[in-house]
Amino acid sequence: MTRLNLLLLIIAAGCALATVTAQHTARKLFQALEAEQDHARQLDVEFGQLQLELSTWATPPRIEKIAREKLKMSTPEPARTIVAAGVAP
Amino acid sequence: MRLKGRLAHRFAESPVLLLRLPAWRSRMVALLIIAAFAALIGRSFYLQVLNNDFLQEKGDSRYRRDLEISASRGRISDRNGDILAVSTPMKSIWAIPADARLSPEQSQQLARLLETDPKELARKLASDKSFIFLHRQIPPETAEKIAALKLPGIGQNTEYRRYYPTGEMTAHMVGFTGIDGKGLEGVELAFQNQLLGHPGSRSVIKDRRGQIVEDVGSIRPPQDGEDIRLALDSKIQYLAYSQLKQAIEQNRAKAGGIAVIDARSGEVLALANWPTYNPNNRESLSGGQLRNRAVTDAFEPGSTLKPFTIALALEKGRVRFDTQIDCAPGKLTIGTATISDSHPHGPLTVAQVIQKSSNVGAAKIAAMLAPQEMWDMFDEVGFGQVPELGFPGEVTGRLRPWKRWRPIEQATMSYGHGISVSLIQLARAYTVFARDGELIPLSLTRQEPGVLKGTQVFSPQTVREVRAMLEMAVLPGGTALKAQVPGYRVAGKTGTAHKLEGGVYADRYVASFVGMAPATEPRLIVAVMIDEPSAGKYYGGEVAAPVFSSVMGAALRTLGVPADASVRVATGDAEKESL
Repeated sequence: MTRLNLLLLIIAAGCALATVTAQHTARKLFQALEAEQDHARQLDVEFGQLQLELSTWATPPRIEKIAREKLKMSTPEPARTIVAAGVAP
Repeated sequence: MRLKGRLAHRFAESPVLLLRLPAWRSRMVALLIIAAFAALIGRSFYLQVLNNDFLQEKGDSRYRRDLEISASRGRISDRNGDILAVSTPMKSIWAIPADARLSPEQSQQLARLLETDPKELARKLASDKSFIFLHRQIPPETAEKIAALKLPGIGQNTEYRRYYPTGEMTAHMVGFTGIDGKGLEGVELAFQNQLLGHPGSRSVIKDRRGQIVEDVGSIRPPQDGEDIRLALDSKIQYLAYSQLKQAIEQNRAKAGGIAVIDARSGEVLALANWPTYNPNNRESLSGGQLRNRAVTDAFEPGSTLKPFTIALALEKGRVRFDTQIDCAPGKLTIGTATISDSHPHGPLTVAQVIQKSSNVGAAKIAAMLAPQEMWDMFDEVGFGQVPELGFPGEVTGRLRPWKRWRPIEQATMSYGHGISVSLIQLARAYTVFARDGELIPLSLTRQEPGVLKGTQVFSPQTVREVRAMLEMAVLPGGTALKAQVPGYRVAGKTGTAHKLEGGVYADRYVASFVGMAPATEPRLIVAVMIDEPSAGKYYGGEVAAPVFSSVMGAALRTLGVPADASVRVATGDAEKESL
């Protein structure tokens, strides 16, 4: 009888320790998940900012200005244009 | 012994012990104690079982936190996905002045990061309010540096700021939001419900260090606002905007508008107005700049309405394209009023009435039509009706009921006076000439190719004839040589209308041009309106047609529409049109 009780006591203590460890691991993992989700949000914000930056750099007025002033480009005159026939979009 | 016995007796018999207390007293005490216990048990039962919400809440509040998860407003992009409006989180720095006791060194650091004067900062922090914003909407990187200083009484929270990278170019189309993130103008207002995000919430358990340990209870996920993809093409929008701006500056005009519409789908590819504003910096805004004229302002369109009158007469079989109309001597008196052509013509065919834009010719053709027939046609092409684009403040224009038309009114309406339309209505009405007689609804958002539900107004045969006449207007002998586009056949009509001021037609003009290309199978419709050109030229063919030409040409090339004519440009002088 005493032996059985001892055995049960050891099992109970083992279970208790396992619960503590499991809880601890769960919290660790949860914090890791939180951190990753936070990171995802930050990346999303950064994506928005980069998109904004991209559109700001790529506004047509800026492109035209650089094309005309820096790269000395211009629209070809009609006389110098040959239209490739039969190409439908 | 006796004595001893007596003494013992005395000690043993204390008079107190001899007191015989009544039995109920002890019972009373016991009862009171039991009653007190019962009250305690009852109270604890009440607190723990019956009415436990309050304590539960108090207990939860020690470690449980409800967090709001913010949702962002949807992005607005053009048809190719280029961003026109986007929200990005910014930080606002606040302070509780009573707690903010900063050392001189700390306040100097803070002032430097906030880019304010240290004195100004000290003045703000000395205020007796319980909460103040030091700086709203600063970049997150700066906010992080401020947080790293760990200043007492200084905190920050997240706010969203809306950016419009294309600025004034698309200002009227996209509109803007207020400080609370609600749409106030344009698409931001029109699509407010879709763009709006709904914040979510979650409750969590936080530990002593403020870290989230566990989710408890239900999580309500945040719903970000929907992204809106407009029909707008930002390249074409830029072309339209810059050409319009240039023409207005050259002609010293008061205002103007331009609309580019895809005739195949009814999508609005570009819509620009002048004057405009920068939606990113709205400090000095006036009502005039804010107005999306192409949609909210009606004007008397002038000769651009002639093709509708002629098309109706052709449709009803009252005239043929080669019927002779005697337009001499350039004057026509109806009742007490006289209609005149600015350049008198002799006999003209119906086609030439359009080509030379003769008011007398149009009025004579209108006389062959019943008022109701004309009204029905104007109504069917959408004049006097809300264009239903979904824009705030769309006007219907003015189309008076036919029963009250006087003969002179019917005559003037045939060439676009006494009736008013908005630029977008006019552009939409021209879809009947671009699509073999079918009027289609316009769309601000990008449409998937599909079957459009239009209404047939004219027969395809009538439309082909009118389109041929509109092509003549752009060729030598017509009023709008400057509307030609190298490589494409163009059909279009000029308009030059006197402005009505206080009920009298003044010597101020609205120059307009509406046209389509390629004429063989129209793909685009461009409508241009320039209000009060005052640098000498005021004819639609001189002021508005060049804008049409450069925008149409560039837009067709951008879309890769195959050319349907040789690139040689016909030259010659444009004939002066009638008003």
